[in-house]
Amino acid sequence: MKVLVPVKRVIDYNVKVRVKSDQSGVDLANVKMSMNPFDEISVEEAVRLKEKGAVEEIVVVSIGPQQAQETLRTALAMGADRGILIKTDDNVEPLAVAKILEKVIGEESPELVILGKQAIDDDSNQTGQMLAALLDWPQGTFASEVILEDGKINVTREIDGGLQTLSLQTPAIVTTDLRLNEPRYASLPNIMKAKKKPIDEKSPGDYGVDTAARLSVVKVTEPPVREAGEKVEDVSELVTKLKAKGAI
Amino acid sequence: MTLLTEEQTMISDMAKGFAMKELRPNAARWDKEGNLDRSKLEALGELGFGGIYTTEEHGGSGLTRLDAALIFEQLSRGDISHAAFLSIHNMATWMIDSFAHDQLRAKYVPRLTATELIASYCLTEPGAGSDAASLKTTAKLEGDEYVLNGAKVFISGAGFSDVYVVMARTDDGGAKGVSTFIVDKDAPGLSFGKHEDKMGWRAQPTAMVNFDDCRIPATNRVGDEGHGFKFAMAGLDGGRLNIAACALGGAQDALDRAFAYVQERQQFGRAIIEFQATQFKLADMETELAAARALLYEAATKLDKKTPDATKFCAMAKRFVTDTSSKVANDALQLHGGYGYLGDYEVERIVRDLRVHQILEGTNEIMRVIVAREMMKGQV
Ligand SMILES: Cc1cc2nc3c(=O)[nH]c(=O)nc-3n(C[C@H](O)[C@H](O)[C@H](O)COP(=O)(O)OP(=O)(O)OC[C@H]3O[C@@H](n4cnc5c(N)ncnc54)[C@H](O)[C@@H]3O)c2cc1C
Repeated sequence: MKVLVPVKRVIDYNVKVRVKSDQSGVDLANVKMSMNPFDEISVEEAVRLKEKGAVEEIVVVSIGPQQAQETLRTALAMGADRGILIKTDDNVEPLAVAKILEKVIGEESPELVILGKQAIDDDSNQTGQMLAALLDWPQGTFASEVILEDGKINVTREIDGGLQTLSLQTPAIVTTDLRLNEPRYASLPNIMKAKKKPIDEKSPGDYGVDTAARLSVVKVTEPPVREAGEKVEDVSELVTKLKAKGAI
Repeated sequence: MTLLTEEQTMISDMAKGFAMKELRPNAARWDKEGNLDRSKLEALGELGFGGIYTTEEHGGSGLTRLDAALIFEQLSRGDISHAAFLSIHNMATWMIDSFAHDQLRAKYVPRLTATELIASYCLTEPGAGSDAASLKTTAKLEGDEYVLNGAKVFISGAGFSDVYVVMARTDDGGAKGVSTFIVDKDAPGLSFGKHEDKMGWRAQPTAMVNFDDCRIPATNRVGDEGHGFKFAMAGLDGGRLNIAACALGGAQDALDRAFAYVQERQQFGRAIIEFQATQFKLADMETELAAARALLYEAATKLDKKTPDATKFCAMAKRFVTDTSSKVANDALQLHGGYGYLGDYEVERIVRDLRVHQILEGTNEIMRVIVAREMMKGQV
């Protein structure tokens, strides 16, 4: 089986995000960027399936600036086999990403596509679902367990109120949740080997997809600063204060 | 920071990820309990950290000294004691891989690079510290065995490690009479002293190693007789960079902690970072670490390129980086006020751990001896 894993370069989860003074977005200058953590989980899952012998080839694809190549290298160091970099400096919205991926899938014919459930920069949580709709493939979103069995993909999903297990026919789309696995550290030898794995360079134009923005961002603001709390001695004081504030 | 290659950035990020997740949350506990965590050393081995600059033939990662410096710097941000211990293991592993005959390499190096076996480096003796070439431990060839007699002191990992790389005298005549041997932990006649009660590096044992008619196969000699001191010093060139890198990472952690603390701590109605005295202190610390880092990377690059002034640069880097790191860590403690003196804030542990970096693998005075000697040789 061939697996495709799209990976996104995003602001590192440790970075303290700052909003630009003109409120047009967040400041990315001089900020550490890394692979979207959900995508790391997707790569890890694909590599585990490969180690179990269920998968022959893992192709990773990233749509983004030249530096997204580093994100692909990280995936290759974790165990993916080859990469495709679709180069663009534009901000590509989920629908355009899904349309490009649809074309990539047309060329690569994977039987399974594993995506992160969302990217931690815009938290859209849309690409996997849109892609499934465009392809008319079954989808198992928010996976906390993925098992390949008799040509089927059994996906346990985290839903409100518990777990749901779906059985998907291949080809299928799976999006990963945090508890699916704990991604490995790429070993030193694998980091060096990743250097020799191939990365194809393409552009959105090669796939005939118009990536122009359909949405416009009105403004981006910082969340309100949390105000200092008040300490109370005991429950009765707490109740009195809450009543005084009209909270109860 | 020096512009790194894409791989170097990945390597450094990976080491940092491991340090932050696997080491840093445990460092205070290891210090208190006096424990090395073997499972972490094994995990580090699986990632290729057991023989970072050892050749790939027997499982080493075949990376450069600069790569190793980047790695130890990051690992040490998690725990100085484990990072420095791993650096000694790397030095000993590299010595065996570089200088032992092929059968001995094939026997030990694969398990050392995988950290299935851990190695210690045994040079210092009670009467031979800075003047290491005056060492008195003897190794006498008897049939197909060497018989070792004497004692080593201050050995990091004594009693914990599986393999001891021992410098011992096969002949009179100073440095030229020294040879290097591999002694297994279970060799007859090998014993260990009590753990020293130390200021820092408390997670790892330091103890005496005693040889009483300790018998080892003659084939366990590394390289030729009489070359041992040269091997020991070759190991130390890289070892000193590692020790410096570990100091730098520890100091960076102290600075990171101080930077966070001064933004939270309020006095005189504002965060103490608002005081310009605090800002100037932080600016100096940042600058000093950047200068130390630049010299360290320069020295590592010179050792990689085997330039004639590499030894001098390794000594300069070891002296400057470890002194600077201790100073910065101490400044970080000062910025914490009284809380810096408390174990809970962990900066006092960093200060304690970093102190020995100015002393071991050649004291910083000996580093100056080396630098001046190289200058006088004309290697300026
Ligand atoms: C925690 C710890 C771990 C260690 N681990 C190891 C290990 O794993 N393996 C190992 O072999 N050794 C190890 N050592 C030993 C360490 O390398 C020695 O302590 C060090 O080389 C200094 O030797 P010494 O302690 O005998 O001091 P001395 O040589 O007695 O020095 C005392 C003082 O005199 C100064 N001095 C000496 N000679 C000169 C000179 N020519 N010019 C100017 N000043 C001079 C020194 O700089 C120092 O300030 C360790 C030490 C410690 C504390």
